[in-house]
Amino acid sequence: MNTAISLEHLSVGLGGRTVLSDLNLQIAGGQFVGVLGPNGAGKSTLMRAILGLVKPSGGTLSVLGAPVAAGNARIGYMPQVRTTNLSLPLRGYDFVASAVNGHRWGPFWPTRAARREVQWALGLVDGAALADRPLGSLSGGERQRLLLAQALIGRPRLLLLDEPLAGLDPRHQQAVVRLVGRIQEELDATVLFSAHDINPLLGVLDNVLYLGRGHAVLGPVEAVVTGPVLSRLYGTRIDVMRHGERIFVMAGNTSAEESHHVHDA
Amino acid sequence: MSTMLDYEFMRHAFMAGGIVAILAGAAGYFLVLRGQAFAGHALSHVGFAGATGAALIGAPPIFGMLAFMILGAAAMGTLGKRLRNSDVAIGAVLAFSLGLGMLFLHFFTAYASQVTALLFGNVLGVDGSMLEILGVSALLCLALLVFLSRPLLFASLQPELAEAKGVSLRTVGILYLIIVAVATAASIQIVGVLLVFTLLVCPAAAAQRLTSGAGRGLALSIVLALMEAWLGIALAYATDWPVSFWISALSVAIYVAACGLRRMPGRGARIPMAARPLNGKEHV
Repeated sequence: MNTAISLEHLSVGLGGRTVLSDLNLQIAGGQFVGVLGPNGAGKSTLMRAILGLVKPSGGTLSVLGAPVAAGNARIGYMPQVRTTNLSLPLRGYDFVASAVNGHRWGPFWPTRAARREVQWALGLVDGAALADRPLGSLSGGERQRLLLAQALIGRPRLLLLDEPLAGLDPRHQQAVVRLVGRIQEELDATVLFSAHDINPLLGVLDNVLYLGRGHAVLGPVEAVVTGPVLSRLYGTRIDVMRHGERIFVMAGNTSAEESHHVHDA
Repeated sequence: MSTMLDYEFMRHAFMAGGIVAILAGAAGYFLVLRGQAFAGHALSHVGFAGATGAALIGAPPIFGMLAFMILGAAAMGTLGKRLRNSDVAIGAVLAFSLGLGMLFLHFFTAYASQVTALLFGNVLGVDGSMLEILGVSALLCLALLVFLSRPLLFASLQPELAEAKGVSLRTVGILYLIIVAVATAASIQIVGVLLVFTLLVCPAAAAQRLTSGAGRGLALSIVLALMEAWLGIALAYATDWPVSFWISALSVAIYVAACGLRRMPGRGARIPMAARPLNGKEHV
């Protein structure tokens, strides 16, 4: 199987702080990978490094068979919602259409080919009804579908989705995960999906990538989400408990509040 | 019977007003979309210092204005994201520019009428050569804006994705602010430094209240600016009140009316909460 992303001794620093240090891993093409870890563990930084927006301080990073470079049209990216201005009085259609050839000089009004591309992307996310509504009037779930449609412009081979479940209630979280899973299968794309909680992703994950203290472990859920593996990653005792279909990750010998920190801090 | 168009200064006023309104309406649309309205306002004050400084050394004020504002635009564009929400910093630059302009005036000892023209505009005093300058700079700016508009819209709506796709946010931001600088310098000829907001921001903001389509919003912004400028000149002729008063009154009235219209129920632009499907049929 071809490799979508390959990191060799990759280190990335931000403002003098080492966020990722000496990562070595290969992500196979066509996989759905959940990227987990507490805030500040480097989930967004890893995505921005893959996009070529932050320069590694060491090691090599290759993406879809080529050395990393900014402006890779084959990568789709959905930034965290808090960085997007979503109170805009602009309709959803124009928001999605702005991404079609958005990196090329020219007039913004869409060509016929651009309109087809927007229809295709909106169709994939069941978003035709969102096209005429102003961004500010959309619910959280509708907004995520629109952002996803925008990320799909250019028919990417690799989708980087940064916290698409943030701020959604469990029912809407499930719907977003199912939608991404379906799109991933349809496009046979590789998906990196970052989240705070592994549970909503359990049905669709191929592999999970856990980040912590600058390090990372990649593998199937059963191999990675275990007490010993996560304890080693975080350098503190972590317990993993399963209850039915759900997984609970807790910092064992301390309070439940600390366990909260492992996932949500 | 004589009409107002029998006078050359009125014909010039309508032409200058038209040219400037089209440029300001177009450039202003993106200014409001990007949340840079206040930065545009501050830029006009930088132009005040430039104009008075040029007068001091005996150069044409419009060129001093353009030079100062383009430098200011480049500086703002370079600061880029860091300038967002920094209204205190922008306000400080605005105040200092006015103060600096005041100092230049002190040495220049200009007549009060020239200062008033700069601060509040003097569209009835536009001559043929100024009309030429306005026409050429508006054409150049509009051409550049069309060429820039696709990456500009993308970078304004979703900067992180745009950057990831290879858009240089800095280049786009600087080029756009240079267009704004020229549009502002042109607007100052009509409504003056202090009222630039009325042509550059109000029509665009009203248009964005009235339509959520990008193309329609841009067109409406231009049409509103044009209407306000021309109607303002005509009303000034009829009443003998200042043109700048009429243009500012019209543009604020239309903006307020647009805000009111937006609140009225049953408009297509915004679906009221109650009309949305509650639970069942929503996909996500």
